[in-house]
Amino acid sequence: MQNEMNEKSFNDGLHADALTHEVTFEDPLTLACGLILPTHKLVFETYGTLNKGRNNAILICHALSGNQHAAGLNTEGRPGWWDHYIGPDKPIDTNKFFVVCPNNIGSCFGSTGPNTINEDTDKSWGPDFPPLEVSDWVNSQVFLMEYLKIKCWSAVIGGSLGGMQAMHWAVSHSNRLKSAVVIAASLKLSAQNIAFNEVARRAIMSDPDFHDGAYLDQDITPKQGLALARMIGHLTYLSDSALGRKFGRLVRNGDLDAAEKALVEFEISSYLNYQGDKFADNFDANSYILITKMLDYFDLAQSFNDEAVDAFSKSSCNFLIVSFSSDWRFSPQCSKEITDALIEANKNVSYLQIDSDQGHDAFLLPNRRYEDGLRAFLFATSNHLNGAVK
Amino acid sequence: MNITALISNWIESKSRLLDLGCGDGSLLKTLIDQLQVRGYGLEIDPVSINNCIRKGINVIEQDLNSGLTNLNDGSFDTVLMTQTLQSLRYPHLVLDEMLRIGDQAIITFPNFGHWRTRASLLFNGRMPVTKQLSYQWYDTPNIHFFTYKDFETLCVERQIKIVGRVFVGGYSSTLGMDRVWPNLFAQTAIYRLRK
Repeated sequence: MQNEMNEKSFNDGLHADALTHEVTFEDPLTLACGLILPTHKLVFETYGTLNKGRNNAILICHALSGNQHAAGLNTEGRPGWWDHYIGPDKPIDTNKFFVVCPNNIGSCFGSTGPNTINEDTDKSWGPDFPPLEVSDWVNSQVFLMEYLKIKCWSAVIGGSLGGMQAMHWAVSHSNRLKSAVVIAASLKLSAQNIAFNEVARRAIMSDPDFHDGAYLDQDITPKQGLALARMIGHLTYLSDSALGRKFGRLVRNGDLDAAEKALVEFEISSYLNYQGDKFADNFDANSYILITKMLDYFDLAQSFNDEAVDAFSKSSCNFLIVSFSSDWRFSPQCSKEITDALIEANKNVSYLQIDSDQGHDAFLLPNRRYEDGLRAFLFATSNHLNGAVK
Repeated sequence: MNITALISNWIESKSRLLDLGCGDGSLLKTLIDQLQVRGYGLEIDPVSINNCIRKGINVIEQDLNSGLTNLNDGSFDTVLMTQTLQSLRYPHLVLDEMLRIGDQAIITFPNFGHWRTRASLLFNGRMPVTKQLSYQWYDTPNIHFFTYKDFETLCVERQIKIVGRVFVGGYSSTLGMDRVWPNLFAQTAIYRLRK
């Protein structure tokens, strides 16, 4: 294993906010599709201090468009995508916990993925990057865990696709986590979910700049397609009422009272176009296709005769399941199914259904009850850690 | 014996226990500590839910009035409900559900036939506000008032077997009055039920 970072720094008393690291694993990673990645690189950030017992570590699993920058400020001064929840005295308290957030393989923020170089060909992987499943992300995270010499996560936490990783950890590596927090996730995607992903992929693939995925060789990116894919996705992460509250029928340019309405631009139109363009500048189209397919393929109970109860039968961690009332991508019903299966499987589980009009995006946004719930659950987790009476 | 001790007498150690309307999880925690049961609580009050989670108690955010159809037949050994029956929209349906989900049900409720509540209505002509039922008529969560006799009549109607019952009084229990004349002197009734 080749360490591109100073390994000593993880041994005692590492303390930092938003430290970026990278590691290249020289051991092969066998993927669910049967192909093997002979080496792979992960970039990751850490926050807080790994204690001497190395048992206060929390793994944060990012979702479709997430990355390693979960908390603190990066070199450009931008806060992480979950900065509201991770930090000193925050619900995921870095005074107590050592928090690790990797960018997962197949993504596009520095870890091995379609936009990195395939050493066999000396060209970008592009569309030839092997298809991935959630288990591949988790197995790669196991490499990272061993590299950090962490035997057992205090918690594995994730929202959306991140929640699916947390569930997969609980099912496949049951002795390597004390607790799992599964937020706004699902045992598998519905037809409607898959349909939205398909529309997004079609938008990307029909961009003339896509070049069957080999656009990097042409020194171009399919920005229009990727922006459109994101606009569709983004809309499904919001609720009608949140959009109405934020934008209503506000007009940014033009005048609805004028006879000539062609010049009218609604605030929502401007916002959505901005979101699409911003995303297209930062994300890789092949990664988007790859990871949306990964979501589509996910089915926790598939290899357990479709019985989620059986899937969870070997899990030994404590679960916290969280849903949001207005989330229609992964509705509270999806989280209830997870919860009911865990109750049936005789596992320790608590379930929160948080009132919010923010849709699926609520899992990233400030919300008092959500914060309190996470804080309480991790308080119980750290009590357990310190050997306090349960 | 206090109410918790009376309840724990009826629960097998290491069994599966569901507590409907578990509050802050105190009772559930005591029963888990004493009997090593696998316990789950159902609750809708956010503050209570958070207190459960902090204690490491399994709590599920679910409204009893929306039904319990997500829980399978016979999936629990005991379904417990303390001081909640009187606040449910349809107590009789929840009672049926408890015995569908659990092999046995344990229920406690305030006895509205207690002499203090009777006296309040009789002499003051006002709905009683007692230490145990401390709400005004307009803001009380307790929307059904019934005596233990009413409850037993309901059990007969719904073919529910009463396999145990204990009455707990206030100060009158020291005189044994709650046992001699429970509908008048018992403040709290505790029932053990089976189908």
